[in-house]
Amino acid sequence: MSSLVTKVRLRQIEQLIEKGKRLDDRGLLDTREIKIEQGLIEKAEGSARVFLGKTEVLVGVKVGLGEPFPDTPNEGVLTVNAELVPVASPHFEPGPPDENSIELARVVDRGIRESKCIDNEKLCIEPGKKVFVVFVDIYVLNHDGNLIDASAIAAMAALLNTKMPNYEVKDGELKIKQGYTPLPVKNHPVTVTTGKINGHLITDPWIEEEQVMDSRITFATKEDGTICAIQKGGSGYFTPQQILEASKIALDKAVELRKKLDW
Amino acid sequence: MNEKTEKLIDKKGIRSDGRKADELRPVKLQVGVLSNADGSAYIEHGKNKILAAAFGPREVHPKHLMQADRMVLKVRYHMAPFSVQERKSPAPSRREVELSKVIKESLEPALFLELYPRTGVDVFVEVLQADGGTRCAAITAAALAIADSGVPMRDLVVGCAAGKVDDTVVLDLYDAEDKLGIADVPVAYMPSLNAITLLQMDGILEPAEFEKAVNMAMDGCKKIYEMQKEALKTKYMVVKEVEE
Amino acid sequence: MPTFFEKKQLVTPGELLAEGDYLPGENTYVEGGKIYASRIGLVDSDNKKVNVVALRAFYMPKMGDIVIGTVIEVGFNGWTIDIKAPYTAMLRASDVLSRPFKPQNDELSQVLTAGDLIVAKIATFDRAHDPQLTVGEPGLGKITRGQILHVTPTKIPRIIGRKGSMISMIKQETNCQIILGLNGVILVTGKTLDEEELAISVIRKIEEESHTSGLTDRITHLLKEKKIGKVEENKVE
Repeated sequence: MSSLVTKVRLRQIEQLIEKGKRLDDRGLLDTREIKIEQGLIEKAEGSARVFLGKTEVLVGVKVGLGEPFPDTPNEGVLTVNAELVPVASPHFEPGPPDENSIELARVVDRGIRESKCIDNEKLCIEPGKKVFVVFVDIYVLNHDGNLIDASAIAAMAALLNTKMPNYEVKDGELKIKQGYTPLPVKNHPVTVTTGKINGHLITDPWIEEEQVMDSRITFATKEDGTICAIQKGGSGYFTPQQILEASKIALDKAVELRKKLDW
Repeated sequence: MNEKTEKLIDKKGIRSDGRKADELRPVKLQVGVLSNADGSAYIEHGKNKILAAAFGPREVHPKHLMQADRMVLKVRYHMAPFSVQERKSPAPSRREVELSKVIKESLEPALFLELYPRTGVDVFVEVLQADGGTRCAAITAAALAIADSGVPMRDLVVGCAAGKVDDTVVLDLYDAEDKLGIADVPVAYMPSLNAITLLQMDGILEPAEFEKAVNMAMDGCKKIYEMQKEALKTKYMVVKEVEE
Repeated sequence: MPTFFEKKQLVTPGELLAEGDYLPGENTYVEGGKIYASRIGLVDSDNKKVNVVALRAFYMPKMGDIVIGTVIEVGFNGWTIDIKAPYTAMLRASDVLSRPFKPQNDELSQVLTAGDLIVAKIATFDRAHDPQLTVGEPGLGKITRGQILHVTPTKIPRIIGRKGSMISMIKQETNCQIILGLNGVILVTGKTLDEEELAISVIRKIEEESHTSGLTDRITHLLKEKKIGKVEENKVE
C-alpha cells in the first residue's frame, strides 16, 4: 500500500508521541469521540452505525433460518462478514474480501463468539433441524483508523438492536407469528486495540498513526474481567512486558467504554 | 457446548494424550528437503506434518505489489484436502487467509526488509497433516526455510501455543484439546530479542491465566528454538577434517 | 567486554556473538549494543571486527563486479539478463553495438538471443534501479565454448585464494581458462575435456571443503597427482 503520510508528518507524529501527545491533542491512552445510532436500516433485523472519530462503520444484522452445525444441534449459528467498501478509502478496491477484511471479520467474530454474548441455545427452534442464523455484516464506510474497535462496537450495538421474529412449531411445521423478541444478549464484550510507536503504546490509533506504528494488539474482554479474544497484527513485535501492559490498558478502557455506553 | 463425558486432564494432572501440563509434543525438524526451493524445511510437531519452502529474494509478481523501498514478504498457508478428518476443499478458506496474514506478520520482524528494495520473498507452507497448533509449527518451519535460503534474519522465529484445558493452563494443545478446551493461545517468539511476533487467543482466560499461558508458551518456544538451531547446523555441519 | 564464540564456530541467525567494544562485520548486525549473526556461517574476529562467513547466501550485485549471466529476453533496445541475483539485469544495445542502431527487434536477436551466456561487468546499480551491465571491455562478451558450473557465491573468494594464488594454480595445472563470476557462475574452457573435468572437480572440492584447513596443500597434491596420472596413461599407450 502506498504511504499516505509524508516523512515530515511521520516525524511530527513520532516527536509528539515522545512528549506523550498526539496530533489531535489526545493523550496516548485517550480514545476518540464515539457516536452510536441504532435501528437506521429498517429492513434489517438489527443495525447500528458507529463514528469513532471520523471512522464510520455500519453493521446490519439479518436473522434467518437454517440448520445447526452437526456438533452443536441445540445452538443457533453466528456468522460475521466484513466489507471494506471502496467508498471508505482510496486504497480499498472492489472485489472479494482480502486478507484485511477477513481478519477484521474473524477478530470481531471471535470477541462475540468466545464471550458467548449471544445466548445461542435460545436460538434453537427444533434441535438438530432448525435454528436461527444470525448474519452480522460489517460495512466499513470511512476508514480513519482503528477499524477493529469501531466494527466491534458497531456489531455489539447492532446485536443489541436486533429482534428475532416470533414463531410457533405446530405439528412439526414452523409458523412465523406476529411480533418480535429481542435477540438474547447475555454480556457485552468490548474490543480495545493498542498500537505501538517507538516503544510507546497508544490506544485507538488514527489512520496516520497506523502508518507509523509497527504493530498493534487487540484484546476483547468481558464485564467479569476475563479476556475472550486476542489478535496481534502488523510487522513489528511486542516484548512480553508490553503485552501485559496492553492487556491492562484494554481492561481499563473496556470498563470506561461500558460505563459511557451504559452496557 | 456439549456435555463432556471425559475430562481432558485427570486428577493426577495427566492429559488425554498422556502428557503432563507443561510437556511439549515430540518435535522433529529437517532443513533443506526440497531441491527446487531456495530454502526449505519440514516439521513434525506431534501429529502435525508441515512442509515449508522459501523462494527469493526475487522480482515481485504482480508488479503492483512491489514496494520501492523494501522487500515484500508473502506467505501462503494452505492445508491439503487430506490433512484433516473431514476432507477439506482445496480452495483457500477464510481461516487460511487469516493464518497466512498472521504468519507473514510473525516472520516480518525477523527480516531486514529495507535491505532489498523492490524484491519479494515468497514462503509457501503446506500442511500435510493437522493435529492442532498448525500455525505455530508452520512458523517454526517457515523461519528455517527462510534461513536456509540465505536471506539474512535478526533471529529464527519459533512458534508454540499454550492454553487452558478443564481448569489447568497447559502447554502445546493438540487437536482434541483445542476443540474441547477452554482457551488456545498461539505464540511466535524471537528468543534472542525477547520479541513476541504472533499472539492470538480464542476462549476465556482470567488475566492471571493469560499471563501464565504466555510465559508457558514462551518456554515451549525456547525449547523448540534449540531444536531449530540444531536442525540448521546439522545441514551445514562442517565436514570432518580430511587427513592426508 | 566479551565475545561469545570460538574461532570458526558454526552460528545461526540470532546467535549472540559479542558485546561491547566490537565492530559488526559481514553477516552480523547490532541491536542494543550487542552483535548478532544474521546468517548461518562460521564466525571469526579480525582485530575488533566480528565476521560471519556465510555458508548460504545469495549474490547482491555490486558496481564493478564481473558476472556471468544468461540472456532471458530480447527487448527493443537491449537484453534482459539473468545474473542469479534478486534483480534482473539489463544490457543496453548501445553498449554492444559500436554504431547507432535502429530499434528493430531482428537486429538485436542476431547479436544475442535468449539462452546465450555472457560475461559482463556491472556498470551501475542502486536501490532504485536494476543493475545495468556492460560488455565493452576486453574479456567480456558472448560465451561460445566451455563448461559452466554454479557455486554458492560466498565460496568464490576461497576459489580465488589469497592474491589469486589458488585460481592461478588451477589454471596453470589444468591449462584451462577460468572466468569466475562473482555471482557464483564459473566458466571453464580447456583444450581437452579431461582438463576441463579436472578443473571442475577441483573447484567443486574447494567449494565443499572451503572452511577446512590444509585445503591448499590437498588441492596442490590433487592437481599434481591427476597430472601424473594422465602422463602415466599416455605412457601405457
